[in-house]
Amino acid sequence: MSESLRYIQAVNAALTWALDSRTDTVYFGEDVALPGGPFGATKGLHKRFGSDRIFDTPISETGFLGMALGAAMTGLRPIAEIMYADFSFVAMDQIVNQIATIHYSSAGRWKAPLVIRMQQGYSPGACAQHSHSPEAYFAHTPGLRVALPATPDDAYQMLRTAVVSDDPVVVAEARMLYPTRGPVRTDAPVEDIGGARVVRPGADVTVVAWSRMVSAALDAAATLAEEGVDVEVVDLRWLNPLDFDTVAASVARTGRLVVAHEANLTGGFGAEIAARAAAECFADLRAPVARVAAPDVPMPAAPALQAVVVPEAATVADAVRRTVRA
Amino acid sequence: MGLPEDYRLMARIRRFEERLAALKDAGEIPGSIHLCNGQEAVPVGACRALRDGDHVTATYRGHGWAIARGVDLTGLFAEMMGRDSALCGGRAASPYLSDPGRWFVGENSIVGAGVPIATGAALTAQRTGSGAVSVVSIGDGAMNQGNVHEALNLAAVLDLPLVLVVENNVYSEMSRIEDMVRVRQLAERAAGYGLPGRVVDGNDPDAVAEAVAEAVDRAREGSGPSIVEAMTERLVGHYSGDAQHYRPAGEIAAAREREPLARIRRAADAGLAARLDAIDAEVADEIEAAVTAARAVSYPDPATAKEHVYV
Ligand SMILES: Cc1ncc(C[n+]2csc(CCOP(=O)(O)OP(=O)(O)O)c2C)c(N)n1
Ligand SMILES: [Mg+2]
Repeated sequence: MSESLRYIQAVNAALTWALDSRTDTVYFGEDVALPGGPFGATKGLHKRFGSDRIFDTPISETGFLGMALGAAMTGLRPIAEIMYADFSFVAMDQIVNQIATIHYSSAGRWKAPLVIRMQQGYSPGACAQHSHSPEAYFAHTPGLRVALPATPDDAYQMLRTAVVSDDPVVVAEARMLYPTRGPVRTDAPVEDIGGARVVRPGADVTVVAWSRMVSAALDAAATLAEEGVDVEVVDLRWLNPLDFDTVAASVARTGRLVVAHEANLTGGFGAEIAARAAAECFADLRAPVARVAAPDVPMPAAPALQAVVVPEAATVADAVRRTVRA
Repeated sequence: MGLPEDYRLMARIRRFEERLAALKDAGEIPGSIHLCNGQEAVPVGACRALRDGDHVTATYRGHGWAIARGVDLTGLFAEMMGRDSALCGGRAASPYLSDPGRWFVGENSIVGAGVPIATGAALTAQRTGSGAVSVVSIGDGAMNQGNVHEALNLAAVLDLPLVLVVENNVYSEMSRIEDMVRVRQLAERAAGYGLPGRVVDGNDPDAVAEAVAEAVDRAREGSGPSIVEAMTERLVGHYSGDAQHYRPAGEIAAAREREPLARIRRAADAGLAARLDAIDAEVADEIEAAVTAARAVSYPDPATAKEHVYV
């Protein structure tokens, strides 16, 4: 069975599933209970599940992420919501020093089965402190799983996978994708963690993207098809566990690689993909790997400035053209 | 419990720390260690109020809490020696060890970070109706960390069964408390969270036990968190190798008069003194046996260095 849902509704459906099917889950964050979440992700959940299962916290990201860890270590399966990914920075100690390390540092004796749900990326007029795409920080941290769903169906499937995972998972959604609509397989079995996906097959060049840049890559591919360039698009989906095999297999077919993300260039996860490709796909590559990313500037708020900073389909298309002509 | 079992437990902690310092000097402990000599009455008194299933979270200065909670001595020594201990396989060492088998959520080497985590253990107790409480120890300096503030307010609004024990040894590393805060007692801050706060003599296990028991009872019956500030003193440096030039002349000598073991010794009549001597001898043997057993634990297999990053 598949339902047509908006991305944000798919998130809501996954959370409903989690609270309904697993009695060890609890959900908390700012304005998530009675208000239903600043973007409506938790609409109706408090009414259905009550304050025992879903409740509001003070504006204390460090406090409640640490609470999520302690609760996870002692038997609950918390899902904690960070309203904007930018706010995770005030709680980096709990994420990096605590949540990510306890399983390893206890030789596996403690587990931290928790989910940190957040939404990221720019939106028109949003300032530098509400526009970060921090996925590389999390992917850099051993011990964390990192999910970036690009479609309503993945918003549903990957969040459910995150909930059942015994590892801590950062699920970073894209606020700009919330209104997008698509089919969601609400009766599908819960998927295993990980796995990239070829979302458009093509022969000439591979574009690896995640989150909002997947649709930008698909749009670019449609434009380029008219110019006779056949683009294969890989939705990376999970930065950890990383499915590089799918990327390498695609590059083996196309011989060219472009990596696209919204986060700024330097130290972005695209650098990791490019480095792996250099190490593992050298013989297959017929052109240098290209990276599409925001330039290294804090995100400006004015749409006129965002227009030249935020990578879009046209930015991807330009990079692909340069790569196929190289 | 009370005497002489409190004495035994405090003596065990003291002897452990003294032996550990000697092992450090002998090069058997690779990392940094933070000893709790002089502060033993706090964990011993506090843990008297606890039962199985109650969680304890401490700091890098947490060996006393681990021992008071019944964590295996051999495991502790082996862990700190960088061996493949049954506690954390050598991955945590002195400042970050833990033991789920003894409900010891563990130490933390980030100042204050254990308080939010202990708040989570309290959340589990509350949501599952287990009746357990979560006790967390921090130092006086940690009261100035944002994570402690956030967690206290969070635990307060959720009425969580959390007890915060502040071990006020008047120093954060090398800095005096007078230069760090503008309140006379840290427990005064409890009012800012709408919580009860008490100051107790942290060198008296009975006083600590009484105050913590009151806080634990309150937590168990669903009335929420409390803060207990235990006034105490470090007899040794902040860390191994701290020359303590910053401490005024005579301060440590005076502290030796007030420390919990000396106090019991001074008040003891001849009969009790003989019993305490016997306990000291038993504890010394026990610690020596643990050191010997720890030395027999192998070092971790380097081939396992990448294990346990993920479940
Ligand atoms: C976030 C953080 N900042 C600084 C340090 C370094 N540091 C370790 S212990 C300590 C002093 C803590 O003092 P207090 O809380 O009074 O505890 P005590 O050491 O006296 O037991 C400091 C500053 C740290 N470990 N973590
Ligand atoms: Mg101190």
